[in-house]
Amino acid sequence: MRHLLDTESLSRDHAIAILDTAQEMSAVGEREVKKLPALRGRTVVNLFFEDSTRTRISFEAAAKRLSADVINFSAKGSSVSKGESLKDTAQTLEAMSADAVVIRHWASGAPARLANSGWIDAAVINAGDGTHAHPTQALLDAFTMRAHWAGLAGTPSVGGDLAGMRVIIAGDVLHSRVARSNVWLLRTLGARVTLVAPPTLLPVGVEHWPCEVSYDLDAALEKGVDAVMMLRVQAERMNASFFPSTREYARRWGFDDARLARLDALALKDTIVMHPGPMNRGLEISSAAADSPRSTVLDQVRNGVSVRMAALYLLLSGDLKSTPAPAPSAALPLVKDLP
Amino acid sequence: MTPASYLIRSASLLGGATADVLVRDGAIAAIGDGLDHDGTTVIDAASLVALPGLVDLHTHLREPGREDAETVETGTRAAALGGFTAVHAMANSSPVADTAGVVEQVWQLGRESGWVDVRPVGAVTVGLAGDQLAELGAMADSRARVRVFSDDGICVSDPVMMRRALEYVKAFDGVIAQHAQEPRLTAGAQMNEGKVSAVLGLAGWPAVAEESIIARDVLLAQHVGSRLHVCHVSTAGSVEIIRWAKERGINVTAEVTPHHLLLTEELVRSWNPVYKVNPPLRADEDVHALRAALADGTIDIVGTDHAPHPSEAKDCEWASAAMGMTGLETALSVVQETMIETGLMTWADFARVTSTTPARIGRLTDQGRPLEVGEPANLVLVDPAARWTVDPQAMATKGRNSPFAGLELPGRVVATFFRGHPTVLDGALNTPCLHGAN
Repeated sequence: MRHLLDTESLSRDHAIAILDTAQEMSAVGEREVKKLPALRGRTVVNLFFEDSTRTRISFEAAAKRLSADVINFSAKGSSVSKGESLKDTAQTLEAMSADAVVIRHWASGAPARLANSGWIDAAVINAGDGTHAHPTQALLDAFTMRAHWAGLAGTPSVGGDLAGMRVIIAGDVLHSRVARSNVWLLRTLGARVTLVAPPTLLPVGVEHWPCEVSYDLDAALEKGVDAVMMLRVQAERMNASFFPSTREYARRWGFDDARLARLDALALKDTIVMHPGPMNRGLEISSAAADSPRSTVLDQVRNGVSVRMAALYLLLSGDLKSTPAPAPSAALPLVKDLP
Repeated sequence: MTPASYLIRSASLLGGATADVLVRDGAIAAIGDGLDHDGTTVIDAASLVALPGLVDLHTHLREPGREDAETVETGTRAAALGGFTAVHAMANSSPVADTAGVVEQVWQLGRESGWVDVRPVGAVTVGLAGDQLAELGAMADSRARVRVFSDDGICVSDPVMMRRALEYVKAFDGVIAQHAQEPRLTAGAQMNEGKVSAVLGLAGWPAVAEESIIARDVLLAQHVGSRLHVCHVSTAGSVEIIRWAKERGINVTAEVTPHHLLLTEELVRSWNPVYKVNPPLRADEDVHALRAALADGTIDIVGTDHAPHPSEAKDCEWASAAMGMTGLETALSVVQETMIETGLMTWADFARVTSTTPARIGRLTDQGRPLEVGEPANLVLVDPAARWTVDPQAMATKGRNSPFAGLELPGRVVATFFRGHPTVLDGALNTPCLHGAN
């Protein structure tokens, strides 16, 4: 595996290798000196064709904690045709000897195009492309869920998966790269996923996905759930008649105070509430839910850095070959070399 | 200089009986066994199939305006190599072919090139904008004698405009060739809407956007008693609607492209924009419905929708890429692969769907004619047993955007005769026919 482009093609072994490595990386974040020499002398380019402060700084922190040189390249607003700028920009980065390109692009498939076009030799990490995929988001979500799931079982996270975990992903699935990455990764790790959305915000063809689909959030909660992930809904979707009003959306599909209380009534005391951010408080999630002890929103942000460190490290060290990665301690010799 | 005469020795006429064909003075002078070859150039056509020259009702020659993508000269060279003797040049040039002046310019460029008949298609509305009828009568009366009118690339979506256009062209036996695409249902569309688009997160182009326009248009054609041609039919549902319309006696003809007969949406998973086209590649069941419809006559013709683009238009991410594929130099082979090798059609059927019927729809009197004495010698000789690997770099078209690149296909055009003159010999370009053009 040279690139991280989507989760549909990510094997269980590779996914678990990334999560296990991220587990080791998370220990680095707890230290006073939050830095490893693993990627010293390597160059990581953050190539962002679309605004994203959160994902960019997460990747930047990850690369810097691994001692890589980081170049931030915002290609937004270029006057040349959009297509030209992807190829030209890629070749510019190639000329500057980038070892890895972290790309965020408004067009679905742009990272795959970059990886497979022959324009560039660097490892490509998809940091979100159009409405297609956002694999590191799904990995950090899975990391967060795995820590919770292992904690409940009293087993170590490392080496584990999400077997038997019941997950609801609710919101604008149609336009969500987060949903498109989570459905496949969570399924690969053994979780049972139910998508909940208004029918207008589900893609035609969703019936072929490896998950359940429901229009009714309350009914889905009634069936029992271990993690509820709320997706961001843009209020502007209302203008294209995806739903009649933000109030109607919030009533039917928002995780509001009543639904937060409903988890208690259903005796689902260990169910967590997740959100990839940025949140629309009062639309898809209420403030009480976002700030409740069930919320893992800030854990997700924290875990994002660890997961991105793991992805960068494994891709650049070549440890995600076709064979499963070795045990994490062996996969990360440089970690043990630290003073 | 006496025009050369050619004796085509032992060709299988329409894939059937073998005979010699004498071509002289632009016409078929004799057909028979053991014809005298004195004073003629003999072409050994044993094991070759003789067909009427192919007629494309749907070609983008890009000139005037986008000579970086194609010119009449390069596009018609490609056509001749593909076995064509006539092409209809679509109206979405720059300026748009919406006046007598522009269609005469394209027609004149075709005459000067001399590789095939170039029949300009006139725009239905001024600037393809859908607001005002173009001067259809002036284009019909021009030297280009336009009979096919289309805003291809854009749907005549306003039902009143479509009704008026259908009515108006009755005055000169014209036909409206509709690009059936409901624009509101396809805003930003990138590929077929379904199983694959759901996974890839690309905006969908639903089948209903094509089918709803076709349903409306066949009813309009019936209501006003006019002639409708449906460009590039791409879905199984469209086939059902057209079949229903024909059963009711509605005067509708329909076209399918070679690429919709062979390729499916699964190719989009590669993210390679060479597979981006409008209408998009559809599902496997659509491909099979289209083949069955072409075989049973529900779909009347094959039209290439040859759409060359400069490489930068495809050398980018999917959403930024231009839609369209080249097709003139692969059409014959792809139709052989999908329709003849599969046993769905004979070479005589092939001649009907690639020559006779498109010529009739376009009202071309000297194209798509039977292989008989006295008929114009617009012919193609095909080696059906040959196999070749598609190499876009080796093509005559300027476009390198062939979705068939690297594919091995059957059938090779050995010779093309345009008005009795070999524009292609031994599979290579010969010389254009610069005499006797009408």
